[in-house]
This record gives sequence, structure tokens and C-alpha cells, in this order.
Amino acid sequence: MYEGAIQDLIDELGRLPGIGPKSAQRLAFHVLQADTADVTRLATALTRVKELVRFCSVCFNVAESERCRICRDPRRTDETICVVEEPKDVVAIEKTGEFRGRYHVLGGAINPLEGVGPDSLRIRELMARLSAGEVKELILATDPNTEGEATATYIALLVKPMGLAVTRLASGLPVGGDLEYADEVTLGRAFEGRRAV
Amino acid sequence: MYVRRLELHDFRSYAEAAVDFDPGSSVLIGPNGHGKTNLVEAIGYVATLGSHRVATEAPLVRYGASRAIIRCAIVHDGRELLVELEITPGKANRARIGRAPATRARDVLGALRLVLFAPEDLALVRGDPAERRKYLDDLLVQRQPRFAGVRADYERVLKQRNALLRTSYLARKVASRSRRPAEPVDAPDLSTLDVWDLHLAAYGADLVAARLELCAALGTHLAKAYDAVSAGRGEARLAYEAKSWATPDEAGRLAELDRSEIEQRLRAALAEARPSEVERGMTLVGPHRDDLMLTLGELPAKGYASHGESWSFALALRLASYELLRSEGIEPVLVLDDVFAELDTGRRERLAELVAGASQVLVTCAVPQDVPDALRGARYTVGDGVVSRVA
Ligand SMILES: Nc1ncnc2c1ncn2[C@@H]1O[C@H](COP(=O)(O)OP(=O)(O)O)[C@@H](O)[C@H]1O
Ligand SMILES: [Mg+2]
Ligand SMILES: [Zn+2]
Repeated sequence: MYEGAIQDLIDELGRLPGIGPKSAQRLAFHVLQADTADVTRLATALTRVKELVRFCSVCFNVAESERCRICRDPRRTDETICVVEEPKDVVAIEKTGEFRGRYHVLGGAINPLEGVGPDSLRIRELMARLSAGEVKELILATDPNTEGEATATYIALLVKPMGLAVTRLASGLPVGGDLEYADEVTLGRAFEGRRAV
Repeated sequence: MYVRRLELHDFRSYAEAAVDFDPGSSVLIGPNGHGKTNLVEAIGYVATLGSHRVATEAPLVRYGASRAIIRCAIVHDGRELLVELEITPGKANRARIGRAPATRARDVLGALRLVLFAPEDLALVRGDPAERRKYLDDLLVQRQPRFAGVRADYERVLKQRNALLRTSYLARKVASRSRRPAEPVDAPDLSTLDVWDLHLAAYGADLVAARLELCAALGTHLAKAYDAVSAGRGEARLAYEAKSWATPDEAGRLAELDRSEIEQRLRAALAEARPSEVERGMTLVGPHRDDLMLTLGELPAKGYASHGESWSFALALRLASYELLRSEGIEPVLVLDDVFAELDTGRRERLAELVAGASQVLVTCAVPQDVPDALRGARYTVGDGVVSRVA
């Protein structure tokens, strides 16, 4: 245990996902030894992200205005929506350059072990978007693991009566994995080879 | 195939150890508690990614160390493959195969085929259904490593489904306790249960279809092996049992069901059991409740077979695994961990005859006189964590 401010910083860093006590300590001492200007820039970035970034009112991707860059882009088609778990999955799919439609970010996947049910996800909002009737294809791009598959099946069952095409990314993605860790080529291929569910 | 070299680092009682083996039989001799089983347990871990003694990983890491490393050189068809496994309890294990960069531990499955006989095997006959399911599933993974994924997927879905049923069960309990008579109970959210049913039935059907196929393939090998170890003292049979989802009149012809029929049956049984599952807050239907019925002549082995007959049956199950694997083209390594001490002279001699021709047999014992002549080969002593070849 250290005293005061340094221990406070170690504690705060240690609460971040993927940072254990040892990494937290290493990061804290790195900050302590860094230039004041660098640390100020980091601190500003941290506060600005909370002030400026919010969730897009349409797709719940991160945005700097009411609607995100993708929802505002007139060159993209409204006929296809790609459903993902997290904003970082949008970034991964955008990198493949294969997709020209819109997104819907659920904010997670159904996971009873962690108390996440359909009501904690933005599924109701997705249904509202679909009921407008413009969407012709729904691509379910949740993670290829147990929880992602369950979420995809749940949504597929819900939208079945609406009669639109529902597809799932082709296998070939590493099973049990995270979409964001799939390389661009694999993810791009999975997009092209998507199949109806 | 055979294990040419084993190196351990912080595995069980070993801080460091390295042992070279030849094909054929090797006998590891040492007083009890000096680390014989620890050595062969490490080899078993490379083959199955599990221990035959414990279900968790913490005991595999030397007390006080944070991770264990097993390195194993496996020779098959004249080519040598180097496998390295790093076991860190509570984290994903890492593996290296040959010179390739590190991968998931699961990718190691299939590199080493192995059948291990141990005193714990008596539980295959006398223990709970879980022991027999593990016997089937471990063998399934040895034959077709992709079933490690199917098994893991099934278990994960089961865990999620149980969590959902459990939460709703607890929510109802709390609600009914705090409720004033006029207030209605909020229906707990079970809207995703249909989805979990579909996935449980899908992975469950993959698993059951493979287990049934395996049982069919094992049948004749088992009967022959029992006949040989018991010197013709009865007919051993096995039959898959699925009381939670198959109707009694289907029980006799489970082997005729194909994968999609199994999936249909599982779905129907889940639908039927829904009220009682919700009531009790757990999954009551599925292959995690299945069993392997072992019979000797007309009688079930469990509860009826004598001590000697139970041992013959357990050995016959392992020998059947061995015969099945080699009939499919790969000679597995055999490990006989301290089993001769458990057997009478007749069974000892017959078992030794049956395995003496294997490409490699690793035997551990405390008393060298217990090991039949047919398995005399290289000799090693194991004492206080030091392994040395003596002959
Ligand atoms: N994780 C561990 N760390 C240190 N020692 C261990 C560990 N697990 C087991 N041991 C020790 O290993 C010994 C048992 O070794 P084992 O191989 O089972 O003996 P045997 O030669 O009778 O087969 C015991 O003395 C036990 O204390
Ligand atoms: Mg032992
Ligand atoms: Zn948007």
C-alpha cells in the first residue's frame, strides 16, 4: 500500500477492465514520471470523452452529436442494419470495407450469469426501427460465442413475423471469440458469406 | 506413437524434472508419495487437457508457484512433435506446438493419444453417472478433437440456462415472501428460455449422437476385452441410457436415432419438463443427466458385480478404448498407474499379456514384484522428486 494520491490512482486504474493490481501500479508510476504536459493531455482526454461523447439516438454507437457519423451519412443505405454488441465491433466491421448499411449497437449480449436479459439491451429500440418498414435485411453480427449466438437467435425469433431477411455472419470466425479480435480478412469473408437464419 | 521426453517445471511436486523414454515398456518404481503418479499425470494432461485425479487446475501447480509448464516430445510415424503447455489456474492455458507461435490449449488435443489405467477406474463401474459420461466424452475428444468444442459449448449453454432458471426461481421466492395478499407477483423474465432450449437441444444432439456412435463402436471391443481379462467369465455389455429425454419404449433403440431425431426429442422433452424446471430452478433434461448402463450377463454391474468382476470391467473399458483407438490407425500410449497392486495374480498376468505389444507402456508401481514379466523393460527409480533410469 502506498499513501494518498498515488494509491488513489492505483485503485482507480485497477478498476479498469483488463488491468490487474500489478499493471495498475506500473501505469501509476509511469504517470508519475511522465511530463506534466503529457499527463494534462491524458486528463483532458478523459474528462472530454465524458463531456462530448454520447450515444447516437438512432443506433447507439458512440457519437459527438445527436446522431453518429454513420447514421448521418447519406451515401449509406437504410435497407440493411447490422446488429452488433459494442461500438468497438462497428469499428472492426468498418475496417473491412464490406458494409454500406447502418448499425444497431445492443450494448452487450444476453448473459443470465451476469444478470443481462433482453430488457437491459437495446432490443426494444431495434424493434421500433424495424417497424418503420424500410429495412429489408437484418445482419446479426453478435460475437461467435454462447451469449452472442443466444442473442442472435433471440432477435431472429422476435423479427421472424416481420418477414425481412435475417442473416448471420458465416462461420470461419474463431468460435468462442470476440468479433473485434477477428482480423479484417476473416471478418470481411464472414460478411460476404453470411447465411439466412 | 510414443513419448520420447517429458520435462516439467513447477508441476505438482516437481520444481524441475526431465525424463527420456524409449518405445516399449518402462517401469517407474518408487515408494508411495514420491511423485510417480505426478509424472504420468502430466503426460495424461497433454493428451486430454485434464487430470485423472482432480477436476481443478490449482493442485497441478507446485505449491507456491504461479504456473506449471509441461513439455513433451511425441514421436509418431518417425516424426517428432514438441508440445508445450503452460497451466495458470484461473486463466486460459497456453500451448505451443512445434515452432508455431502460442495458441489455445485446445489445439493440442489430438497430438498425443493415450489410454490411462488407474486405481480410480473402479469408479467407472461403481461410481456416479458423471464418471461414465467423462469416460465417453474423454474418449470422444481423443478420437475427434473437435468434440472438445461441442462439449464446452454444451456446458456453457447449460450454465447460462441454469442461471436463468435459478434467478427466476429466487425472484419468485422473494416476491412471494414480501407480497401483500392483494398484490400480483411480477412474472420473472423467462423470455429467453426458448432460445436456451434451442441451443441446448442443438449442442446436446451433437453430443448424444457422437456418444451413441462411440458406444456402438466400443461394444465388441468391450466384450472381447472382458472375456480376455476375466478368462471367459461372462459377457460384458454397455448401453447408453437417456432417462431424462427418451421414453421407456425408445430406450432399447436409442442407437437408431439420428442427430435430428435426437434434437427433436430433446426439444420435446424440454417443453414437457418446462413447468418442473421452472418450479425447481434448474435444467432437468439433457445429456448432462445421461448414463452408460454396464451389464454383466443379465445383471447390472453396478451393485451386483463382485470386487474382482468390477475390476475386470473397469480394465475392459480401458482396454476397449485402447483397441478402438488402435483399430482406427493410431497406436496410443498406455499408462498403467499403480494398477497391478489392485489386481490378483490372474488378472495381472492377463492384463500384461494384452498390453505388452503396445508401442509404449508406462507402468508405475511401489513394489516391482507386482509387475508381470511380460512388462519388464526399462527401469526408473523415483525418489524424493528425482527420476533416474537404472536399467
Ligand atoms: N501442487 C503440489 N505441490 C507440491 N507438492 C505436491 C503437489 N501435488 C502433490 N504434491 C505432492 O506429491 C506427492 C504425491 O505424489 P504422487 O505422484 O501421487 O505419488 P506416488 O509416487 O505415490 O504416485 C505428495 O507427497 C504430495 O504432497
Ligand atoms: Mg501413485
Ligand atoms: Zn448512429
